Amino acid sequence: MQEQISKEREIRLMKGNEALAEAAIRAGMHAYFGYPITPQSEILEYLTEQMPKRNFKVLQAESEVASINMIYGAAGAGARVMTTSSSPGISLMQEGLSYIASAELPCVVANVVRGGPGLGTIQPSQGDYFQAVKGGGHGDYRLIVLAPNSVQEMADFVFDGFRLAEKYRNPVMILTDGALGQMMEKVALPPEGSLEHVVPEWATVGKPKTREPNIITSLFIEPEKMQAVNIHLQKKYKTIEENEIRYEEYHTEDAEIILTAFGLSSRLCQKAVDLAREAGIKVGLLRPITLFPFPYQRISELAHDAKAFLTVEMNAGQMVEDVRLAVNGKKPVFFTGKMGGIIPSPEEILAKVEEMAANINNLTEVER
Amino acid sequence: MIKGYIEINKDICKGCELCIEACPQGSLRLSTHINTRGYRYVELVEQNCTGCTNCALVCPDVAITVFREQKPKKAV
Amino acid sequence: MSTDVLTQELQQGFDCVYEKPDTLTDTRFHYCPGCGHGVAHRILMETIQELGIAEQTVGVAPVGCSVFAYHYMNIDMQEAAHGRACAVATGVKRVLPDRYVFTYQGDGDLAAIGTAETIHAVNRGENILIVFINNAIYGMTGGQMAPTTLAKMVTSTTPYGRETDWIGFPLKMTDLVAHLPGAYYVTRQAVHTPNAVRKAKKAIRNAFEYQKLNKGTCFVEIVSNCPSGWKMNPSDSNKWLEENMLPFYPLGDLKVPEKA
Repeated sequence: MQEQISKEREIRLMKGNEALAEAAIRAGMHAYFGYPITPQSEILEYLTEQMPKRNFKVLQAESEVASINMIYGAAGAGARVMTTSSSPGISLMQEGLSYIASAELPCVVANVVRGGPGLGTIQPSQGDYFQAVKGGGHGDYRLIVLAPNSVQEMADFVFDGFRLAEKYRNPVMILTDGALGQMMEKVALPPEGSLEHVVPEWATVGKPKTREPNIITSLFIEPEKMQAVNIHLQKKYKTIEENEIRYEEYHTEDAEIILTAFGLSSRLCQKAVDLAREAGIKVGLLRPITLFPFPYQRISELAHDAKAFLTVEMNAGQMVEDVRLAVNGKKPVFFTGKMGGIIPSPEEILAKVEEMAANINNLTEVER
Repeated sequence: MIKGYIEINKDICKGCELCIEACPQGSLRLSTHINTRGYRYVELVEQNCTGCTNCALVCPDVAITVFREQKPKKAV
Repeated sequence: MSTDVLTQELQQGFDCVYEKPDTLTDTRFHYCPGCGHGVAHRILMETIQELGIAEQTVGVAPVGCSVFAYHYMNIDMQEAAHGRACAVATGVKRVLPDRYVFTYQGDGDLAAIGTAETIHAVNRGENILIVFINNAIYGMTGGQMAPTTLAKMVTSTTPYGRETDWIGFPLKMTDLVAHLPGAYYVTRQAVHTPNAVRKAKKAIRNAFEYQKLNKGTCFVEIVSNCPSGWKMNPSDSNKWLEENMLPFYPLGDLKVPEKA
C-alpha cells in the first residue's frame, strides 16, 4: 500500500485491467492468449491495441479452453506468457491449469472475479477463492495465488507473478475482482525490460544433437513415477510455503479484534479499522497478500493476544475456513460478507465490529 | 534379377504378417519360434529377395532393414 | 549397425536401402501388432530426417493410442490434453515461428473433443502440420465409437452397429477443414499397402515443405486400421479398410496449393 515509488517508474492514471496489461508488456511478456469476458476484456483490448507498437504477441483464442492450452504450448516452448479471464472462463481453464501445474510450466493467469455461481453477474466478487487456492482442477496441485488490492498492485503483481512462476516452474494466479479491474487509480509503472528472461533449458525449442529430447508432459502412467512426481510437487509447494508467504498488517499490535480480508475487502477493512479506532475500539487488520501460500503461522500468533477474529469477504465465507484452521479454536472467528457482486461498505463492517466489541469477553462462535 | 536381403529385428517384430503379404517374392514366413515378447516373428526364408523394400514400408514396428546389391559401376 | 565379421562379409557389395531413421528412438512401439500408427510414426520421422529439420521441429502428441508418441520420436515434444493439440501447437508456433510444428492426433482427439481447437487453428491458418489418424474407433479406451465410426459399424458403445438416426453420422473432418481459407494443403492418405505408404510419405513431405512458405495449415489425414478395436487380424483389418473405409473416406488431395 505504501510502496516506495522509484524515480524510474512512470506515473499513469489507469484502470486496473489496463495496468495489469501494461505491466505484462513491461515485464517482458512474450505472448498473451485470451478470450473476451466481462469484466476483464480491457486486458485483451489493451494488448491488441499495443501489439503493433511493442514487442510481444497476442492472440484472441476461440475459447478459454484453447487459450489456456496455447499458454501450455508457448510456456513449454520457453516463452513468458499470460492469460486472463473472469470466473466462468477460469472454470473452463481448470483442466489446462492442472496440466500446466503437473508439467511444471511457468505462466501468469489473472482471474478478474465476478459473482457466481453459474453465469452469475458481471459485478465484483471473491467467490473463486476456493477454486484458486484449493485446486480447481483435478489432482494434487497448487497455484501460487497473489491477491492485489489496488491498481498499483495489479501492475506490480504481474512482475512478482512472472518472477515466482519462473523461479518455481509453477503457474501463478492473480486473484483480483471486477472492481479492481475496472477502477482507475494512480499507478507507478516499472520500466520496460526490467525483468530478465532466460529461455529455460527444459523448453521444447528444437532438439540439438547434443542433448536428449525435451518433453513437456503430465503423463506418468506407472504409479511409482506418478507418486514420485507428486512427492516432488509437494516438496516444491512446501518450499514455496517456507519462502514466499506475504501479508500486511494494519494496527494489529494492540488489537483485540483482528479483521482478516484479502483483495478489495482488505481495503474496506482498512477503512473500517480507521473508523473503529476513532470510536476507541482496538481493531487491526491482517491482509494475506499470498493466498497460497497462506499466512497460517502469523494468524496463529495473532490468536494468542487477540480476543476475536472477523473475516470479511465478498462471498459466502471461503478464506474464513483457512483463518479458522490457523486460529485452531483458540479464539472465536466470525464472518461477514456479501455475495452476488455486492461490495460491503466500511460502515457495515464497522457495525459488525461494534457488535463484537460490545461483548468482547463473552463471544462464542455460534454462527457459520 | 537384382539381389537383396533383409534383416529382421526379431525382438521387436510382433508377427503381424503384413510384410509377408506385401512381399512380391513370397520370401518371408512366420517363424515357429517366439521372441522375448512372446510373438512369433517373421523370417526371411527364400533366397529370392530383391531388396524392393515393400516389407519395410508396411512394417508397423520398424523391424526391417533392407539391403540391395550394388549396381555394377559402368566403365568410364 | 552390427560390426561382426559375418555381417560385414554379408553386407559386402550390398547397400542399405531401408533402415530405421535416427529420428526414431530405440524404444519399442507399444502399439498392437499390425497397427497403422507405427507406419505413420515412421514416415513422419523419416521425412523429418530426410529434410534435415529434426533440430528445428517441435511435435505435439495427443491423448489416445499415440499418447506416448514422444517416447518414440527423437525430437522435442509436448503432450497435450485430450483434443487440445492444435491449441498447444498454436502456442508453440506463435512464439517459435521459425520452427516446424506438427500435431499427431487420432479421430477422437481431433474430431470429437478437439473439434473447436482443430477448426479454429486451421481457420487461422496456423502454419503447422496436423497429422490426423482416422481409424474410426477409440483404440486406447477399448474400442468405443468415434466421430468417424462408419454407419452400421460395431464398436463397444454401438454394439448393434452405429445407428445414424439417433447417434449421428460419421464426420468427415478433412472435407470440413478443406473448405476453410486458412487451409493450404489438405489430403487424405492411407498406410495399408507399400504404395499407399509411399504416397502418404510424399504428402507429409509436401506438408513440411509448405510449412516453410508460411501459407497456412497443412492437414494430412491417414486412414488407418485398428485390428484390436475392429477385432480382426492385421491382414483382415487392412482388407476391411479397403472395402469399407476407403469408399467413405476416399484417398486423394482435397486441397492443393494453386500453382504460382
